[in-house]
Amino acid sequence: MQAQLQRLYQWAERRLPALTRYRRPEGLPIELHRRRIYIVPTRFGLGFSLLLMVMLVGALNYGNNAALLLTCLLGAASAASMLVAFRSLNGLRLTHIGAGHAVAGHPLEISLTFEADRVRQAIRLDLGDDSVAFALSASGTSRVPLMLPTDRRGWQPLPRLRLWSSWPLGLFRAWSWLHPDRAVLVWPRAEAGGPPPKAPAHDARQLRLHHGDELATLRDYRVGDPQRHIAWKASARHPDLMVKDFEQPRSRPQWLLDWRQIHGLDNEARISRLARWVDEARSQQRSYSLWLPGNEIPAGSGPLHYAYCMSALAQCP
Amino acid sequence: MPVKLPARPGKPPAQAVDNRVFDLLSLTMAMVLALHASHLPWWLTTALAVTLGWRWWQRRQRAGRVPRWLKLPLLALLTLAVVVSYGSIFGRAPGSALAVGLLVLKLLESETPRDVRVGVSFACFALMAALLFDQGLLLTVMVAVGLLPALATLRALEPAAPETTLPVALRSNLGLLAAAIPLALLGFLLVPRLSTPLWGAPAADQARTGLSDTMSPGNFTELLVDDHPAMRVSFDGTPPPPDLRYFRAYVMWDYDGRSWHHLAPGQRDRRAVAAIDVGSSISYRISLEPTHQRVLPALDVPLQAPPQAQLQPDREVVADKPVNHALHYQLRSALRYRLQPTLDARSRRLGLQLPAGFNPRSRALAEQWRQRYGNDDAAIVRAALTLFHDGGFRYTLTPAPLGRNAVDDFLFSTREGFCEHYASAFTVLMREAGIPARVVTGFQGGYWNTMGHYLLVRYSDAHAWSEVWLKGRGWVRADPTAAVRPERVTLGAAAAAGDQLPWYRRDWLQGARNRWDIVNRWWNQGVTGFNALRQRGLLTPFGIRDTDTTTLGVLLALGSVLFIAIGMAWALLQRRPRDPLREALHQLERTLARQGIVRRAGEGPQNYLLRAARALPACREELALLMKSYLELRYAHDEPPTEPLRAFRRAVRNFRVVRVV
Repeated sequence: MQAQLQRLYQWAERRLPALTRYRRPEGLPIELHRRRIYIVPTRFGLGFSLLLMVMLVGALNYGNNAALLLTCLLGAASAASMLVAFRSLNGLRLTHIGAGHAVAGHPLEISLTFEADRVRQAIRLDLGDDSVAFALSASGTSRVPLMLPTDRRGWQPLPRLRLWSSWPLGLFRAWSWLHPDRAVLVWPRAEAGGPPPKAPAHDARQLRLHHGDELATLRDYRVGDPQRHIAWKASARHPDLMVKDFEQPRSRPQWLLDWRQIHGLDNEARISRLARWVDEARSQQRSYSLWLPGNEIPAGSGPLHYAYCMSALAQCP
Repeated sequence: MPVKLPARPGKPPAQAVDNRVFDLLSLTMAMVLALHASHLPWWLTTALAVTLGWRWWQRRQRAGRVPRWLKLPLLALLTLAVVVSYGSIFGRAPGSALAVGLLVLKLLESETPRDVRVGVSFACFALMAALLFDQGLLLTVMVAVGLLPALATLRALEPAAPETTLPVALRSNLGLLAAAIPLALLGFLLVPRLSTPLWGAPAADQARTGLSDTMSPGNFTELLVDDHPAMRVSFDGTPPPPDLRYFRAYVMWDYDGRSWHHLAPGQRDRRAVAAIDVGSSISYRISLEPTHQRVLPALDVPLQAPPQAQLQPDREVVADKPVNHALHYQLRSALRYRLQPTLDARSRRLGLQLPAGFNPRSRALAEQWRQRYGNDDAAIVRAALTLFHDGGFRYTLTPAPLGRNAVDDFLFSTREGFCEHYASAFTVLMREAGIPARVVTGFQGGYWNTMGHYLLVRYSDAHAWSEVWLKGRGWVRADPTAAVRPERVTLGAAAAAGDQLPWYRRDWLQGARNRWDIVNRWWNQGVTGFNALRQRGLLTPFGIRDTDTTTLGVLLALGSVLFIAIGMAWALLQRRPRDPLREALHQLERTLARQGIVRRAGEGPQNYLLRAARALPACREELALLMKSYLELRYAHDEPPTEPLRAFRRAVRNFRVVRVV
């Protein structure tokens, strides 16, 4: 039943875009205005109006003017709350969308920045199953985080977001579609298991010391040590000359990750294998380089390098 | 600031509401209970209050529903209590008691937002039900105040609502309610009233004791301590002096030794309306509170009946239907008069009727007077009044009980009582002396509200007096109570009762209440008395005599549309920050566009104006200057400075395209 409804709705969306208030993706900033805010009574609102009818009939039947006045007051306040609900969305602007990183299959955190020139309360934003409520102070902005479910690597356009509010009394629900023309990059999923990358040729120079730049220890002077490594101050307190010994920060050999090393797999499998290797390299704090068709990334390490490599993998054709 | 909400689609997991919402809900329920307390049995109120308080405390300790084994017995107990106390669960009073009880029990299971919303709706209904018992101004205002916590609860249910203190939370809806008042008033004025109720006879059970068409010693006692307003009278011209403020309701002829009736049971009154010679008369308007009886009190002696009412033979005014809602009527009464100068035989017989075998001592006294004064009826009347004045009689609201020979006991042994004892004894004495006499009940006195220029008559102003028929003078009012306690007539019932009254009816407080009554009067006339009849006359000032339902409906629709339009205008109003510089540039663009030089999308002002300068060589200098000053105004400052901006706008206004031929 639910699935059928869903299909019907999708069909309606395609064939009757005006009816379902479908909106094409649009660029930022998106400002809500009266042509795109819709108001419907909530279920509670319908129930409440029924109650008001009962109260009205009761008051009229008993000829009780005070009760009638009260009923009219409640009814008018409900009607006014509809306008308040509308006003809590009207003029709201979505100005900026920031996206985090996530591997396919994991939710990706996006953050939407809203702006308004008035206080807004109890505004809710729905994305699929995720729903978040926020408020805006006077002439304030609010950053609203949302989790976007992902399943495939690559550019994923943002889905439609429903922005709604039933402020103040929960009787009416003002809503609007937000369909920002943005896409987020989803990183490829790493394969579950597989061979490690081919060990690179052992380069003797890689093991040599004095090559790093972090101070590891002080030791006695040996002939041939460069003069600038001598720790003069420390040597003054010792009979012998002391030398600053520097250590290579990376203790492991560099990996050269190469698309061409992997044979006998289709592209997606290659990408997910490379993604696993990049992951492993990162967790082992290795330096690594990545060769992809049409994109060669020199060796490096650190979060930026990782993000760069993963993005490159994600964007592979 | 953003708040994560649970996944939305499908059935949301029942998320418990926080303490703030629950507190507000409890407050709402407490308000409802307090407003209903006046008509609920005290033990039910107490029990419900204790339940409410306990639940509030328990919920603060640990959130969660009260277990079913506790809830169901409480529900059964409540139903039982209502049935035992009222005899039924249907009807207004038991229905309200049950509703309030259920409302408090609803609190026991209020955990999710849905429960809370149902509870609040139900509370609104119960608040309205409180008005079915009393639609005075004070209660109505209190009920409106009761809406505040109810609406605040709904507001607190919304997610990411700001943390507020209780007063702020309550105040937050004042604006909403205030904005709703115009539309509410429109609805109030124009919603077509029902001329006949759809179901049920409204509320015979809410009748006050009121005046009754029988009078037996002691049945006024309840009335004399009831200080609710009975009616308000405003006179055209000067009001009559206090000793003429007698309002006639019932005239009673038949005495059975104990109580007085209008006529003996089974008898029908076929007499003509008593003739009257009018000396001076006064016209006045009465707003009568609902009495659920048909009699309309009128100042002695009414000359004609208002519409939809009849004048009875003894000049009592009786409406065609019981007065179930506040009623306004206009009357004219004679102040100096001769009522029924010639007494017909039947009236004479009625006026002398006495049961046989009662009150031998008073009969002896009357015969003794008759022998002493001969045919001088007036002298006998004076003798009787003198007896009451000098005979050691005492005015009290708590007299000793009387035996079978009630009049004898009263005259010769107890000698204490209030108006109805005196009127009864006096009338019996007169009849025993052979003078036609009758008892009249109604109201006497009242409080003259100088600010509002009206007379407020309370139920406690109920009074009974006598009328005796004297040859050549017709029926003459004789008030034996005035002989005993003259201040009863000049100052009113409260003064006469002295310190026998409860504290809340002492002078100072009574004075304040009397003065405050002007607001009640305004409320009664404007709001509670606004019935179908008045509604039909609503448009009389605009030349429409009779406003029917269709017209009302159309007006209601039009008015609602108007208010909605105003509301929409408010909602849609979006003050954009004005940018005079941009507006000036737009003006320039429009001028140039008329020459066919339209600014392209994405074309900057510099490019555009340079292009325009190329196209219009005659204006090149001017356009270059405009461009330069625009760029400077726009980009050299955060805010364009005032004076150069004004100059720029002036320049744009004065810019004329010159074409070189």
